[in-house]
Amino acid sequence: MTDVSVTSPCRLRINGEPCTIDIPPSVTLLDLLRERLDLTGTKKGCDHGQCGACTVLVNGKRVKSCLILAVSIPDAEVTTIEGLSRDGQMHPMQQAFLDQDAFQCGYCTPGQIMSAVALMEEGHVHTREEIREFMSGNLCRCGAYNGILDAIEQVIAQQQQDRAGEAA
Amino acid sequence: MTLHSAKIGQPVSRIDGLAKVTGQARYAAEPHPAGMLYGFIVNSPIARGRIETIRDEAARAVPGVVEIMTHLNRPHSALFEKSYMDGLGVPGSPYRPLHDAEISFNGQPVAVVLAETFEAAREAAMLLEVDYERWPHNADFEASLHQKYMPSKTRSNYVPPKSRGNAAEAYALSPIKIEGRYHLAPEHHNPMEMHATTVIAEDDGTFTVWDKTQGPQAVQAYLTSALSLSKDQVRVRNPYVGGAFGSGLRAQHNVFLAALGAKMLKRSVRITLTRQQMFTHVFRPEAVMNIALGAQPDGTLQSMIVDGVTDTSRFEHNMENLVIWGLINYKCPNATADYKVAPRDTYTSSDMRAPGAATGVNLFEMAVDEMAYACNMDPLAFRLHNYSDIDAMHDMPLTSKALKEAMHEGAERFGWYNRPIAPKSMRDGKELIGWGMATGIWDAMFSPTSARATLIADGRLHIATAASDIGTGTYTILAQTASEAFGIPIEMIDIELGDSTLPECPTEGGSWTAASAGAAVWLACQSLREKLFKTLGKSGNISAWLTAGLSNNTTVLQDGFLQDKDADENLRLSLSEALSLTGQDRLEVEETAKPGLRGTISQMRKARFTHSAVFCEVRVDEELGIVRVTRLVNAVAAGRIMNPKTAASQVRGAMVMATGMALHEESLMDERVGRFMNHNFAEYHIPAHADIPDMDVLFVEEKDREVSPLGVKGVGEIGMCGTAAAIANAIFHATGQRHRSLPITPGN
Ligand code: FES
Ligand code: FES
Repeated sequence: MTDVSVTSPCRLRINGEPCTIDIPPSVTLLDLLRERLDLTGTKKGCDHGQCGACTVLVNGKRVKSCLILAVSIPDAEVTTIEGLSRDGQMHPMQQAFLDQDAFQCGYCTPGQIMSAVALMEEGHVHTREEIREFMSGNLCRCGAYNGILDAIEQVIAQQQQDRAGEAA
Repeated sequence: MTLHSAKIGQPVSRIDGLAKVTGQARYAAEPHPAGMLYGFIVNSPIARGRIETIRDEAARAVPGVVEIMTHLNRPHSALFEKSYMDGLGVPGSPYRPLHDAEISFNGQPVAVVLAETFEAAREAAMLLEVDYERWPHNADFEASLHQKYMPSKTRSNYVPPKSRGNAAEAYALSPIKIEGRYHLAPEHHNPMEMHATTVIAEDDGTFTVWDKTQGPQAVQAYLTSALSLSKDQVRVRNPYVGGAFGSGLRAQHNVFLAALGAKMLKRSVRITLTRQQMFTHVFRPEAVMNIALGAQPDGTLQSMIVDGVTDTSRFEHNMENLVIWGLINYKCPNATADYKVAPRDTYTSSDMRAPGAATGVNLFEMAVDEMAYACNMDPLAFRLHNYSDIDAMHDMPLTSKALKEAMHEGAERFGWYNRPIAPKSMRDGKELIGWGMATGIWDAMFSPTSARATLIADGRLHIATAASDIGTGTYTILAQTASEAFGIPIEMIDIELGDSTLPECPTEGGSWTAASAGAAVWLACQSLREKLFKTLGKSGNISAWLTAGLSNNTTVLQDGFLQDKDADENLRLSLSEALSLTGQDRLEVEETAKPGLRGTISQMRKARFTHSAVFCEVRVDEELGIVRVTRLVNAVAAGRIMNPKTAASQVRGAMVMATGMALHEESLMDERVGRFMNHNFAEYHIPAHADIPDMDVLFVEEKDREVSPLGVKGVGEIGMCGTAAAIANAIFHATGQRHRSLPITPGN
């Protein structure tokens, strides 16, 4: 039996802000965000690492926050969907999801967007097939898969255009 | 930037999209009232029996645990079964959570731990010890079939099959026959958001209930009746719903239990089911259909005999419209069908996306493919040959049926006409390639719905109705409707949904919301516009018109301005100016849309359906048997399309779910304990990105002034109907092997 009343200090940076809180060690990063910090943009779809709804960035890499105990990543930089837009400006990926109707109920959407942002960094975006493969950890029961791919490709095309513009 | 009205029919991006892509949209488990307790449900591990003892010392000792609610200490709830009836109208004795010691299904809640934190509640739930007296049970569908029966009281939406001619004799005489037993495994809805409820205990003693539901007013009615609360004590909200697909049609036990806990402790309570617990309530019933078809050698259908069974629980009689679809959709002089339900010791099966038709149409369309091959005919040509222009079962005309057009346009887009008929005739390396098709049909329903339209001081238009947007695009299409009907840019419209206190709207489901709520909003906006003109004319302030150089007769309301029909843009009044001229700070109307002018009569004289033609390409690895769907084209005839962007997403989404039905999804019963064992996303596979190809959805033109006031039919379910069959039929074309049981997995 784990004693849920024993707490440990947890120190993180979340969306650029320092966060220090005492929590039981059994609290997942996902539950910390949703239940203790009121950052409910990160979703719970399974709590078992099987659906991707809880995807956030930890030190720039995508992770399933339901599989991480919050106390186990001291001083990590966590980015959630709430931290993706800057100064009221949507991230290009968020805009692309809107443009391409890349969601319906919107529940898997924050996870899909965080995953897609990380995917771009990872560079697994050469073909539609490759994107499909590397996005397959994020389930969408509404079946918005085509739109999600279109959104990612919209951002890729924008980036290429921007680069071409810079080169010119 | 000039703002223009967004008309019905334009591909407007979702107006609730910003909230969703930024994480601001709050779902049922996401409000956080002060002092809220977390509830964690403990489920029965047995399928039948009774609770003997509950030992809760260890559980209560967990720091933070406030209460453990069981049938022994729960507060008063309604005595009579009928108080637990919900809007869905499934006949029988509804399940009453924590009512008594009796267990009637595996997974039945036996206790709820209420604690200060989620972690404490979960921990204590694991420490609760419950002893049971076990009774024999049967959870095996096949073993239950000999007990099949027809409920004496049927579900209100049940359509009994109607025979014509003499099907048995015609079948016996038919030179070409096929006969088979078709089967669908049970499936779970598995919306990404798990069912959850947050009950906020307000200071004034009322409860605001955030619930994952498709019908806030239905849940409100259920809670007040089941918990013996007064009407104004409960308000139910569901502004955002993380998918449901039918799982939110009935009030689920989490909402009852959370409200029961809140009532007991006078505190706010949240209960979120785990993904495992999502397999302890509703599911699409397992089904078996025996189908026999007879035809002439030229492919003319002579006889159709369908008999089908779906499962239900031991305490309720869930029913589906399973066997009627082929009888409605095909011309054939002799036809008969029979339907029964078979009871087993599980929770009651329920409606899942396109209930009845998803199963009945797909399985029937697999049989039709077999018949086409038996006649040595192209499956599309066979269907065209037996095409019916009427509802052939009721011998009733239809408001419209552009299925033929859908078949042609879909076939054209797919490139169907080059298809070699013989199976196993296309390959690419190790992969066999197959092309299959099927048709789809679903009801085009309309239910009376009310909406309120209010013009407020800043010139914005506020629309309210108790509809739910479960990902269906309802916010957006209602905004488009209001924009066109009132003459105001979409940016100046606020849509309020998902609240039981709003004007009456039936539970979202069956694809009727677009047609019904759309019509209500249209009416309300038209009548608000009239009211504005009338009030302006009456306000005595005729000079109001004149100041702006306008007159009552020639003024139009357009793009948010009152302006002269053909005068320049300088002569115009903004809506806030116009409103202030009326001397009122708001103008408001509420209207109810009922079946259209001619509708009431035509609802009885004409049948109404949405149709589709689906074309599919699969590739099958010859050695491993692995199937990949590589192309899907769906041509849909659904009347007027309100928003092609969101409508196409709806159809694609259903096609994804149908791909799961064809290839992946199957809830596996462990008969010994009566539990669905693969209760997680690792073992219950729903299609992922890699499973889904680019899907082509086209809407064929279909003008239908009778089906609903706006000519809209709804598109939420049609993508389910036919798609799974098209995949199965393509697999036959690729491999030459018939599979009559869905899902088709490499093993079977
Ligand atoms: S909630 Fe974390 S992967 Fe599903
Ligand atoms: S948008 Fe609903 S689950 Fe993806």
